[in-house]
Amino acid sequence: MIKFTPFESHVVPMPMDNIDTDQIIPARFLKTISKDGLGDQLFCDWRYDAAGTPKPDFILNQDWAKQCQVLVAGDNFGCGSSREHAPWALTQYGFRAVVSTSFADIFKSNALKNSLVPVVVDSATHQKLMALPRDAKVALDLAAQTLTLPDGTTVEFPVDAFSKYLLLEGVDELGYILQQDEAIKAYEAGRASTLNTLAA
Amino acid sequence: MPKTIIEKLWDAHVVSEKEGAPALIYIDLHLVHEVTSPQAFAGLRARGLKVRRPDLTFATTDHSTPTTPKNLPIIDPIAAAQVKQMETNAAEFGIPLYGFHSDKQGIVHVIGPENGLTQPGMTVVCGDSHTATHGAFGALAFGIGTSEVEMVLATQCLPQRKSKTFEVRVDGTLRPGVAAKDIILALCAKVGIGGGTGSVFEYRGSAISALSMEERMTVCNMSIEAGARAGLVAPDDATFEYLAGRKYSPQGADWDAAVARWKTLPTDDGATYDQSVTIDASTLEPMITFGTNPGMGMAISGAVPDPANVADPIERESLRKALQYMALTPGKPLAGQAIDVVFVGSCTNSRISDLRAAASVLKGRKVNSKVRMMVVPGSQPIKRQAEAEGLDRIFRDAGAEWREAGCSMCIAMNGDQLTPGQYSVSTSNRNFEGRQGKGGRTFLASPQTAAASAIMGQVTDVRTLLG
Repeated sequence: MIKFTPFESHVVPMPMDNIDTDQIIPARFLKTISKDGLGDQLFCDWRYDAAGTPKPDFILNQDWAKQCQVLVAGDNFGCGSSREHAPWALTQYGFRAVVSTSFADIFKSNALKNSLVPVVVDSATHQKLMALPRDAKVALDLAAQTLTLPDGTTVEFPVDAFSKYLLLEGVDELGYILQQDEAIKAYEAGRASTLNTLAA
Repeated sequence: MPKTIIEKLWDAHVVSEKEGAPALIYIDLHLVHEVTSPQAFAGLRARGLKVRRPDLTFATTDHSTPTTPKNLPIIDPIAAAQVKQMETNAAEFGIPLYGFHSDKQGIVHVIGPENGLTQPGMTVVCGDSHTATHGAFGALAFGIGTSEVEMVLATQCLPQRKSKTFEVRVDGTLRPGVAAKDIILALCAKVGIGGGTGSVFEYRGSAISALSMEERMTVCNMSIEAGARAGLVAPDDATFEYLAGRKYSPQGADWDAAVARWKTLPTDDGATYDQSVTIDASTLEPMITFGTNPGMGMAISGAVPDPANVADPIERESLRKALQYMALTPGKPLAGQAIDVVFVGSCTNSRISDLRAAASVLKGRKVNSKVRMMVVPGSQPIKRQAEAEGLDRIFRDAGAEWREAGCSMCIAMNGDQLTPGQYSVSTSNRNFEGRQGKGGRTFLASPQTAAASAIMGQVTDVRTLLG
């Protein structure tokens, strides 16, 4: 994993509550057995018309939005399916953070495993971000857990301390669990299985 | 100190707890399907890792599999490759698989309970947000992402933070024509699609105790639709009766010991929850959704809400956009809305009791000539049982399609899908934009309401058809 570093970016506003993972990446693209190639399908059914042509009025199709690394969306972002294809598609498009007033649990967990930072802000800050002009930039510093707005206001956001450590240090979470083999063995030794299983 | 079942389950599965890190939780059962696992197995291969506990891991193919007759090949080459990859991965890593041609194949959340794999007191995970279904047995069951699938395959453990406890108390007796599905749709409407975020639901109260195991699965299944990653019901005699004699249930002395242990799981008297909500089952009507998330639901006698009455600007815009997508008029009732398709199936409502409920309404009647009705059983054993009971004849005689088992039109990955603009009454769990096919419009309801709507060719209050 690459270490997560501070950055500045313009923001893409999507003023909708409850944007679900079926919108972020429709299920028909989940037949892939790879993680790659999902960025072009991000928000596919909002982004392209029936012929597959980009809709010019959809925000991600506008030139200025293409370099943006921060998406600002409405409440409960990422609800619905557990598909990790959602953060894969978002990061492959180029996003490194999503800002909202809240996130669905599974999406938040998946995002943090893919260097996509879910930033929760209060509704006053959220409204300010939604109203930012296109040329405005925000600065995100994960180590400080701060988002700095163009007017100079800095807001702190919560991040799970362990996830933050993994992201900043580029530490692999599975590697961390594998190091606890002794504890896992000890637990297994005291565990009574009730499965009448014939599995090898 | 008195504890809830949620806390008891948590405490029993902590492998280690370190300062500054989440607890490491042991997973008793890991269910795997073809869509969310290939990248996880690829990860294991890249690291040279094995599956730590293939004996606690179980796989099926359900999402991208066609529901056409089994002698036909999988036409979609991408889906065929994904199904093949699941077979390869199961063989290579030694995981039991009820694959495409198995006579036990079915939806992952149907076959777990059906085979006695899902048991009280377990932690159950699957790369699928409807894993909460297994909570019906008093298990802590939740959906995970593919990175977590890889972690569980490799270590049988997951780093987790403790969730909040959320009591969903449902008392009273359901009236005729009102189903378990209506309880959960009512909860989604009451707390909203994000209402349970950060929490585990415990469903309890007299209306929950009165539900069969299959009905409890319907309720727990849609916990995620109210924001909760998991939802459960404490085990009781109905749970033990359901599990006795199933293939992977404990046998003999092991069974007696297991039941004794399972009886200690229910929430202690005096235990408290972080949050509570109550629902009076005796006042519930059949429910129907009108919008583009499962929280946008109402009693079938209600009217579509008007965005003009919503104060918050983002909420107002979300409702306006939802009604625009659904092409519905604010203030109008939904009953009487013409429909094109009826789908009976999915991990929410594809079990034998669901098929019986739909058949009981359809018996001696015909599906409206303007409507395509698909009935998709949850598993091959359910399909055979329905055929033994003659339910397939009732569906076929009425003009409905009787299909092979799978997720089918709930997620529309396998070719079973709505066409743009079509309206469907569906017994599945999600009405998101395009969920059942690009441009398709979904009304979520119970099997009874779906069958009644199929007959009338429009959204219908099933109570108008009851004798």
